Amino acid sequence: MAYITCKNAAFAYEGKIVIDELNFVVHAGDYLCIVGENGSGKSTLVKGLLRLKTPARGAVEFGNGLKSQEIGYLPQQTDVQRDFPASVYEVVLSGCLNRLGRRPFYGAAEKKEALMRMEQLNILDMRRQCYRELSGGQQQRVLLARALCATQKLLLLDEPVAGLDPIVTGELYQMISKINRELHVTIVMVSHDLEGAVGQASHILHLKNKQIFFGTKDQYVHSPIGRAFLGGEEHV
Amino acid sequence: MDGFLEMFSYSFIWRAIFVGVLISACAALLGVNLVLRRYSMIGDGLSHVAFGAAAVAMALGAAPLGVSIPVVLAAAFLMLRLGRNTGGLQGDAAIALVSVSAVAIGVMFLSMSSGMNTDVYSYLFGSVLMLDNHDVLLCIVMSAVILICYLLLWNRMFAVTFDETFTKASGLNVDLYQMVLAAMTAIVVVLGMRMMGALLISGLLLIPVLSAMRLCRNFRAVTFAAVCFSVLGYVLGFLLACAFALPVGAVVAGVQVCVFLLLSLVVQS
Amino acid sequence: MCELLTEAVSYGFMQRALIVGVLMSLCAGVLGVHLVLKRFSMIGDGLSHVGFAALALASVLHFSPLAVSLPLVIAAAFFILWAQGHSEIQGDAMVGVLSIGALAFGMILIALTTGVNADVNSYLFGSILSMNKTDVVLSVTLCAGVFILYILFYQRVFAVTFDETFAQATGTPTGYYQAVLSLMTAVTIVVGMRVVGALLISGLIIFPALSAMRLCRRYRSVVIVAAVLSPVCCVIGLLLSFFCSAPAGAGIILVQLAAYLLTVFISILRGRSA
Repeated sequence: MAYITCKNAAFAYEGKIVIDELNFVVHAGDYLCIVGENGSGKSTLVKGLLRLKTPARGAVEFGNGLKSQEIGYLPQQTDVQRDFPASVYEVVLSGCLNRLGRRPFYGAAEKKEALMRMEQLNILDMRRQCYRELSGGQQQRVLLARALCATQKLLLLDEPVAGLDPIVTGELYQMISKINRELHVTIVMVSHDLEGAVGQASHILHLKNKQIFFGTKDQYVHSPIGRAFLGGEEHV
Repeated sequence: MDGFLEMFSYSFIWRAIFVGVLISACAALLGVNLVLRRYSMIGDGLSHVAFGAAAVAMALGAAPLGVSIPVVLAAAFLMLRLGRNTGGLQGDAAIALVSVSAVAIGVMFLSMSSGMNTDVYSYLFGSVLMLDNHDVLLCIVMSAVILICYLLLWNRMFAVTFDETFTKASGLNVDLYQMVLAAMTAIVVVLGMRMMGALLISGLLLIPVLSAMRLCRNFRAVTFAAVCFSVLGYVLGFLLACAFALPVGAVVAGVQVCVFLLLSLVVQS
Repeated sequence: MCELLTEAVSYGFMQRALIVGVLMSLCAGVLGVHLVLKRFSMIGDGLSHVGFAALALASVLHFSPLAVSLPLVIAAAFFILWAQGHSEIQGDAMVGVLSIGALAFGMILIALTTGVNADVNSYLFGSILSMNKTDVVLSVTLCAGVFILYILFYQRVFAVTFDETFAQATGTPTGYYQAVLSLMTAVTIVVGMRVVGALLISGLIIFPALSAMRLCRRYRSVVIVAAVLSPVCCVIGLLLSFFCSAPAGAGIILVQLAAYLLTVFISILRGRSA
């Protein structure tokens, strides 16, 4: 059984359908990359997968034991975060919130988890620093650690390398790959960055206000759509 | 009905209508820029500052208008500057900070002198029916200045309101236009305070603009509609207030809010 | 100096004022952190105008002011919350509309019935020195409740303030916590209006938070500093107002302002030496 199954799903934004004919499957251990130009419906799909939106048509099913609290999410930056007084530790720890249930405070298990994630992402020594004083790349790693605290199973990343320089981008991709291979976390990544993202992925979903391709990376690279997109011949 | 019509034979009524129309028009024009720059509460903040300044002036026995205008001007600059996100202060926090401080200082001064009296209430709630010719003249001059300035600077105002960074990058002295906007807002607030009261002048700067934005999609249309709503709303509110012996400021603000609510319900964007 | 202090504290009205003031400013201080970070610095102003309408309504209907204010202000707070999520108008514009509308309504109501009177005075500037025993008990209970709730929900408040979308995406019922926060804000403002008055309530909310954010970089430190600074300023303000025969509300706010300017000064010094 797959973690996520989309069956003929469509999502709307402000009343209009912006993404249609979604038929894809995400299995445990996959590394799915969602590509498409601006306005192709990627963000709307992300909201749908996070259950922040219900499908206008069709269905999005979660299975294989995946609960809504078990999806980790790496959002694009928001304004509030930029000048917020919070230490790295506080931010990462907040990822454990969905495990608290009725308890008011985090227990030893959550704190240990947060520290472990920070170590895995090489940010443990920054734990007392103020989040807003970090560089873009460091902030992304903090948010990635937070996302991992929220999940063991599936990570959803929304344009994780937007605005980062090439070296930092490369490091982040390596980190995400490591998380996928060594920690067995399923990755669903929305990206603009074609070459970098496609290089890492196991499956590709290409959107242009509807699903125009879904399959493995090899299939994509050899498909007409993939070749056009990757070869830069497609102009929108 | 006779009593109502008879009202129009009094010159103070005509003065009130005339002054009100002018100030409403100016407030609407400025309000468009303030709301679109996400400074919706600046009118509220400035009116509190105006109250504080008037209170200090009364405590010191000085002319309220003479003290209010420079103080409110300074406050407007401060709010627009501080709210630029430098030094970790957001726009609304800057407004709240300056306005609350001004009120606290004003109240302190007041209590140390005569205490609260009807003059203070007239600043809070307006006294449009007590205007004299001097007030009217001042108002005409100020409004004319604002209207002319605004028309001449129309395109630049739009550019700065829409995208400050880009406009600055293309060489325009954005700070100057910020200050011009702040100055004009300050004048409207201080003059409007006499009319509507400090507590309600912010309504004039905010609500006609919101109503206009419900209807129109481009800058020119929004500006025109805001002015219409503001002026017509004032006249209607004024007449209602006189007919039922209610405070003018409250009824005008009430009319504006009702218009906005009606439009919200009826117009589906 | 000590005799002066003991003399001041010996008065019943001063004791009541100090107790209510300390608890109320504690709540306002910690909630203020959330409100300022969410760009709701002017909400105190807006909700206090709703409180004014409620007072007008209460005097017309001959009900107790608190009985009418609390539900109305809470409803207004929920409305603002709803408008933020569902309307295309900016959150603070909605606060403005609500604020003006309520004020106009209140003023018209008063004009239609009794006319302006002393109650308006205490509404505008606070009446902490004229609270009776029932007022105190009620205010203290409400504030204690708010503060305890805040402690219990601290981690959730942090998550919702820092990144609501993430919290929602990972399964936290953010709508519920937002509603609780609105409730706490409304209650704090209703009590706060008694203390410093409607014109100054925004100050109680923003100053401790702004001061704390100047000094600290961690959320927990910010909350703790705000929680300590706010009541301290309140006590100093009350005592100073007592000795100088100045209005209590204004006195408290001015002490808060002084504290804020001090933190600005400190942070500038830090900046120079860093």
